Amino acid sequence: MRYLYYPGCSSEATGKAYDISTRAMMDKLGVELVELDDWNCCGATSYFNVRELDSFAIAARNLAIAQKQGDEDLCVICNACYTTLAKTNRYMAESPEVHEAVNGALGAVGRAYDGTKAVRHVMDVLINDIGLEALGEKVTRRLTGLKVACYYGCQYSRPMGAFDDTEFPVTMDQFFQALGAETVDFAGKAKCCGGMMMLTKEEGALRLCHELLKGAQDGGADVIVCACPLCEMNLEGYQPRVNKTFGTSYDIPVMYLTQLAGLAFGASPKELALDKQVVPCDRVVAAIPA
Amino acid sequence: MAEDKIAVYLCHCGTNIAGKVDVDKVVAWAAEQPNVAIAREYKYMCSDPGQDLIKEDIQQHGINRVVVAACSPTMHEPTFRKAAADAGLNPYLLQMANVREHCSWVTVDKDEATEKAKRILNAQIHRLPFNEALEPIEVPVNPAVMVVGGGIAGIEAALKLAATGKKVYLVEKNPSIGGHMAMFDKTFPTLDCAACILTPKMSAAGKDPNIELMAYSEVVEVDGYVGNFKVKVNKKARYVNTDTCTGCAACLDACVVRKVLSEFDQGLGKRSAIYIPFPQAVPLRATIDAEKCLTLKGKKCKQPCTTACGPGAIDFEQQDELVELEVGAIIMATGFELWDPGQDARYGYGRLDNVITSLEFERISNASGPTGGEIVCKNGEPPKSVAILHCIGSRDQNYQEHCSRVCCMYSLKFSHLIKEHLPETEVYELYIDMRCYGKGYEEFYRRVMDEGVHMVRGRAAEVTDLAMSPEEEGRLIVKTEDTLLGIVRRIPADMVILSSGLAPAKDAKAVSQTFGFGCSADGFFLERHPKLEPVSTITDGIFIAGCCQYPKDIPDTVAQAGAAAAGALALVDNATVKVEPTISYIDPEKCCGCHICVGLCPHVAIQYNEELKVAEVITAACKGCGVCVAACGSNVPQQHGYLDDQIFAEIEGAMAF
Repeated sequence: MRYLYYPGCSSEATGKAYDISTRAMMDKLGVELVELDDWNCCGATSYFNVRELDSFAIAARNLAIAQKQGDEDLCVICNACYTTLAKTNRYMAESPEVHEAVNGALGAVGRAYDGTKAVRHVMDVLINDIGLEALGEKVTRRLTGLKVACYYGCQYSRPMGAFDDTEFPVTMDQFFQALGAETVDFAGKAKCCGGMMMLTKEEGALRLCHELLKGAQDGGADVIVCACPLCEMNLEGYQPRVNKTFGTSYDIPVMYLTQLAGLAFGASPKELALDKQVVPCDRVVAAIPA
Repeated sequence: MAEDKIAVYLCHCGTNIAGKVDVDKVVAWAAEQPNVAIAREYKYMCSDPGQDLIKEDIQQHGINRVVVAACSPTMHEPTFRKAAADAGLNPYLLQMANVREHCSWVTVDKDEATEKAKRILNAQIHRLPFNEALEPIEVPVNPAVMVVGGGIAGIEAALKLAATGKKVYLVEKNPSIGGHMAMFDKTFPTLDCAACILTPKMSAAGKDPNIELMAYSEVVEVDGYVGNFKVKVNKKARYVNTDTCTGCAACLDACVVRKVLSEFDQGLGKRSAIYIPFPQAVPLRATIDAEKCLTLKGKKCKQPCTTACGPGAIDFEQQDELVELEVGAIIMATGFELWDPGQDARYGYGRLDNVITSLEFERISNASGPTGGEIVCKNGEPPKSVAILHCIGSRDQNYQEHCSRVCCMYSLKFSHLIKEHLPETEVYELYIDMRCYGKGYEEFYRRVMDEGVHMVRGRAAEVTDLAMSPEEEGRLIVKTEDTLLGIVRRIPADMVILSSGLAPAKDAKAVSQTFGFGCSADGFFLERHPKLEPVSTITDGIFIAGCCQYPKDIPDTVAQAGAAAAGALALVDNATVKVEPTISYIDPEKCCGCHICVGLCPHVAIQYNEELKVAEVITAACKGCGVCVAACGSNVPQQHGYLDDQIFAEIEGAMAF
């Protein structure tokens, strides 16, 4: 199995652990990831609200490179990158104007894109290409007894719902159950963490994080797993500030889905960059039967 | 044969057609076409003066072919054909050219519309010389009527028809008639007890000598045509002899399988494997649930039901029975299904305790329901606060676009019932718009407001159990935007009632195909005309009533059931009915007897003549679907009104310029 791989900007900074653990986990699963040549920022969510057509062109540059580089699907780990790239495909398919404008921009740098490169979330690849049964067989260290709160965030399946329900996604729960963990009933699983609002309207974003942390704690979760670097940073890095604001005492380990799954597939904490977490997750590692 | 003298009439239909099509231009053009003797335009051709134009031209100018360019033939073809016949012209020498639905309503540009109208008209001008005079076929009418579905609509229609002395077969798939109405507690806005007003009608339907009640039965096949339907009904095995069973219920107490979820109680109550759905059931007969009965599942059981049954009515050997009925008309009254709120995960139905559907609340508040009419949560405690969420699965582009019409009113009824049982309980109605459109409805709304119910204008966004303050702990929280206050609210509640919309029955489409009519885009049965023929279908002789057509309340359902009964009666009260002569025929000189058409005919209307070794059409059974015409390798079967030269001429006319 082989995929083109788009790490996204966060993977070079705050979300480094997501990229490192993805490569380590895929290595254990025997899946080859070929990093996209000379990729650029996807534009993320904000840029679309300022200059929509330019944003499509920026995202499409990556897709144009992917199309030229190989026939494999493009695997994406960050929810925002995933949605942005998939959205570009959809708009190009639905609107001849967008298609034309994007190719006009790409043409200026000697590229072209027909709008058909398959963009796949890493979770989609795991569940639908490898399959739960095969994944279960690859487990070397079952997550028995571990209570996991699967946090999907806003853009995991919204708005398209390509591989899961838009309002109440379940694939990550199914995945960690296949790895032996128990997943908690987590009503906030697809609620917003506040995203970039943490920088502009911190009070509102903290309240959203507070709700998510409370939901996970009420459910008795040992760990929260995320599928997006921004969600991860807000939920993990801002726990002290949530505690200070709301008088709470959250101390919940937060990991990338690939980090926890990587442990189950036999990668070491170091290989999975667990030392980069803010809330120590030694206790999570210790709780997994050897 | 006299030369063809065609008259062309172009209807303005007010501005419906004339607003897009240049009528003067089209008429001037039409007058120049071959065989056209007269071309006229008129504001409303369907009016009496419009029809008189046709009659006068036929009688005074020797017109022998007519084309009316107006609306769809499903609308006014019968009108104009009758006018032609009144003037002495064979009605099948008149053709409609649909320049409204097919042209003016769907074309933006006026010049394009005018050109298209010419083409549509030209097709018929070319066709008409090939039309043949046909005579309607007159067939006898079977005076019996079948009513499918035994809810309030079916019961009402059956009783009305039976009162005129007609034989009625009332077919119901469940063990008892009564439908959804039998599950309700009170009915808005008068608060009559549903059982009190329904059970007398159920009982009357069960006792009426003219009504043959076929409960626990389903229609499996429908054949025939207006006045002469042949229907196969599967009477499902009850494993109880209904002639000897007295409905004493002794077997229910004796049965060892006691924890089957009761369908009638929406799964909130339990029943035994042998059961009577509710005490007022009609027919009051026991039924064994074959999927739950130990004996019928091949497991060991001492069969205490058999011991308990005095008359010895239990019969484990009973089989399904296929019954064939012949009726002249059919009334569909198959009802609705409650929209399953589990489809919208945000409301937590199926995941959070005490989030219930409206139908579940009907059972909870009903004195004969699983809680004996006590309004309590799952833990047996009465709720201190109840939120009622409107428009669940209705008025929602993600699910059903339509308004379900009854939810505002039944929600207000719930508020009233809660306030009546538990005056201290806080009740919140979360609504988009309060639609109280019927007689006494707005007054009821005011009354409920005066009872202290909180009206919150806003569609509920979410129901969660995630408490963010001490007073929310252990309760459900409804999140909503209060659009009157302009704030986001979190409303704590111990019970959340989801006022689910009405959905078409899951098998509505399959059922409509069995009977040979269609469904509209919303999935409900399609009426022939939304305003003027709301109880007819496109299939002559089949009528519809109640919520199978569209959500409606009990008063409207009863009114529609009466209208459907009148429609059926107007048909079966006649000795004969005229059916369209546009059926197929097979020339025995040309048929090679290959049998292909015999097997393909969906109406078993072609038989093989062993003596002549050819296929023959049974005139009375042919519905004119054209399958045999299309299928025959030698092009032998032909259909009157759709002959090859007629159709080719039409195509040539449409493509002529």
